[in-house]
Amino acid sequence: MNKTILDLWVGLFVIVGIAALLFLTLKVGSMNTVNNSDSYEVVARFENIGGLKTRAPVKSAGVVVGRVVDVRFDNEVYEAAVTLRLDKRYAFPKDTSAAIMTSGLLGEQYIGLEAGGDSVKLKDKDRILITQDAVVLENLIGQFLYGNAQEGAPK
Amino acid sequence: MLKQAIERLGNRTLQGVGRIGFAIRFFVAILLHSGTAFRRFGLTIREMYFSGVQSLIIILVSGLFVGMVLGLQGYETLQTYGSEDALGILVAMSLVRELGPVVAALLFASRAGSAITAEIGLMKATEQLSAMEMMAVDPIARVVAPRFWAGVISMPLLAALFSAMGIFGGYLVGVQLIGVDEGSFWSQMQSAVDFEQDILNGVIKSVVFGIAITTIALFEGYDAPPTAEGVSGATTRTVVTSSLAVLALDFVLTAFMFRGLS
Amino acid sequence: MQHDNLVEIEDVAFDYGARPVLKGINLTAKRGQVIAIMGSSGCGKTTLLRLIGGQIKPRQGTVRVAGESLGELNQAGLYRLRRKMGMLFQFGALFTDMTVFDNVAFQLREHSDLPEDAIRDMVLMKLHAVGLRGAAHLMPSELSGGMARRVALARAIALDPQLVMYDEPFAGLDPISLGITGNLIRRLTDTLGLTSILVTHDVHESLKIVDYVYFVSDGVIVAEGTADDIKASDLPYVHQFVHGEAEGPVTFHYPAAPYVEDLRLGGQSA
Ligand SMILES: Nc1ncnc2c1ncn2[C@@H]1O[C@H](COP(=O)(O)OP(=O)(O)OP(=O)(O)O)[C@@H](O)[C@H]1O
Ligand SMILES: [Mg+2]
Repeated sequence: MNKTILDLWVGLFVIVGIAALLFLTLKVGSMNTVNNSDSYEVVARFENIGGLKTRAPVKSAGVVVGRVVDVRFDNEVYEAAVTLRLDKRYAFPKDTSAAIMTSGLLGEQYIGLEAGGDSVKLKDKDRILITQDAVVLENLIGQFLYGNAQEGAPK
Repeated sequence: MLKQAIERLGNRTLQGVGRIGFAIRFFVAILLHSGTAFRRFGLTIREMYFSGVQSLIIILVSGLFVGMVLGLQGYETLQTYGSEDALGILVAMSLVRELGPVVAALLFASRAGSAITAEIGLMKATEQLSAMEMMAVDPIARVVAPRFWAGVISMPLLAALFSAMGIFGGYLVGVQLIGVDEGSFWSQMQSAVDFEQDILNGVIKSVVFGIAITTIALFEGYDAPPTAEGVSGATTRTVVTSSLAVLALDFVLTAFMFRGLS
Repeated sequence: MQHDNLVEIEDVAFDYGARPVLKGINLTAKRGQVIAIMGSSGCGKTTLLRLIGGQIKPRQGTVRVAGESLGELNQAGLYRLRRKMGMLFQFGALFTDMTVFDNVAFQLREHSDLPEDAIRDMVLMKLHAVGLRGAAHLMPSELSGGMARRVALARAIALDPQLVMYDEPFAGLDPISLGITGNLIRRLTDTLGLTSILVTHDVHESLKIVDYVYFVSDGVIVAEGTADDIKASDLPYVHQFVHGEAEGPVTFHYPAAPYVEDLRLGGQSA
């Protein structure tokens, strides 16, 4: 086999292989693991987080602004303490609210942030005070049945 | 009778342990004699042609078909729950985390691994390695190490190509053929697949598989009895041992990487 | 000249596993000589060459090449010494993934920084010496057995070594190339001041060119002498070998149980 042709083939192979890696990195995956230097962390407490897991996206107005980096049970208040790592580029007012949402009926769960009106911004290690729990399907059905029963009662 | 059987078993075990020890020494020798493989990178490039480029066809075609099957099966399953939009996640996750590295490694073991063993085994049987030693050229540095590094470099590239091709196959079937929404196919995939957790771990896996397969293949060739049966037996052992090694390593690596997640 | 003897083997014994092959060999090769090692098939001639090349280590005794004891050298020292040796393997051992040209050029490329032009000239010279300059572009698989052996010979002398070992250089050659190869070995030895060790069965051809002959049998040297000594010798062993007689002290058979017993004709029920 001619050496130059061989080199050419191997070069092509490496280029195509690296292109595939880039495709996976840029098009398939997301580099949204915000690194420590340009991010800040805030904590939010929920009574029920449903199926929320670490690495779940944090979105505001549908745009990913951060990730969930830690989920733990706070034994003092008997609530879930969720740590969010947010991108430094996005600053939120102090009275921002966090809600656990679901994309699609069985889709992934994420945290939605809704900005408030305060002029003071959230800082590193701050706590988001206003939170809304995950919608748990059983509770929803329970409420629905309960509601129906109440509606039916006067009849 | 029984005594003989136990003796045989004991001998077998001792031999097996001895071979493992020899294999480890061989692996260390490869690492220590790797200078030539980098100083004269042409040698490694040549071997990348034989192990990498020549495995391209089988990797690309298999990747495409595996992805297409994933698209079909995934759609069937997800549709029952009304979440066919998540097809992109399913296809990409299965490929990037598991199927890409593992299936590409299995194909590599049978396509390139067996060829390496047969080649080294024949070189030994025809005294080419002895001749090289007599010419004051170390066969580990000149013949073995370039093949090792060629395999280690080629494997992650092949695995990435397999995954990319598979995702393309899933896209063809899911979006083009069945009609899953293109936007949600890609965007859901993007928001779920993480660079560090999924893609980087997949690459790490394939590098480990590449090391395991080429080491086994080179060792079996180097250790093969210098006869036709010896070499053919070694070739078979390469495919069997390295496939099992890939699957076992995959379990161990997965347990480490994705522990505590989902 | 620092040492008169390029190769000195003293009381060397070697076993393959439990089977003793060499049991105490003494042999010397003076600089500028062609010496021959003869003996029946399987008596350990190839093994002896591998000991001189340092590929295997003797169980007992010392092998010295150019004054250095092989047993005391580490790998680097051994490789340094081997650059002064060339070896023609019994079955050629050409690199099957390279052309004839690249085979002969192999050592030049590995051990020197010579420009490709110089390498080309040197390789073509060596190939010309064995009559195969026109076959430079062929692959080893395209050669006949005899041609492959001549290429291997060209490769063995590529680096102009001090010591060349030939394992059966005459096997598979027609009478013409046989004579030419014999003369080539003699001429190389004389003009380049090499030392040649020749393992061969071809008594008549080799007696024309060698200075000294050793006969190996049953792990020891049973006879030695100059070519003329050997021709005139009336030792039964040498006589049998030189004249190719079937009956005599040289056994054609690998050690085995008595034939009759093996065939189970000894009266037992099979
Ligand atoms: N690798 C090996 N393992 C075990 N025994 C071997 C090995 N190589 C050679 N032998 C044995 O050692 C003996 C000497 O072998 P060697 O190759 O030196 O013979 P030789 O004199 O070169 O024979 P020939 O003239 O046929 O080439 C033989 O009887 C052979 O059975
Ligand atoms: Mg021999």
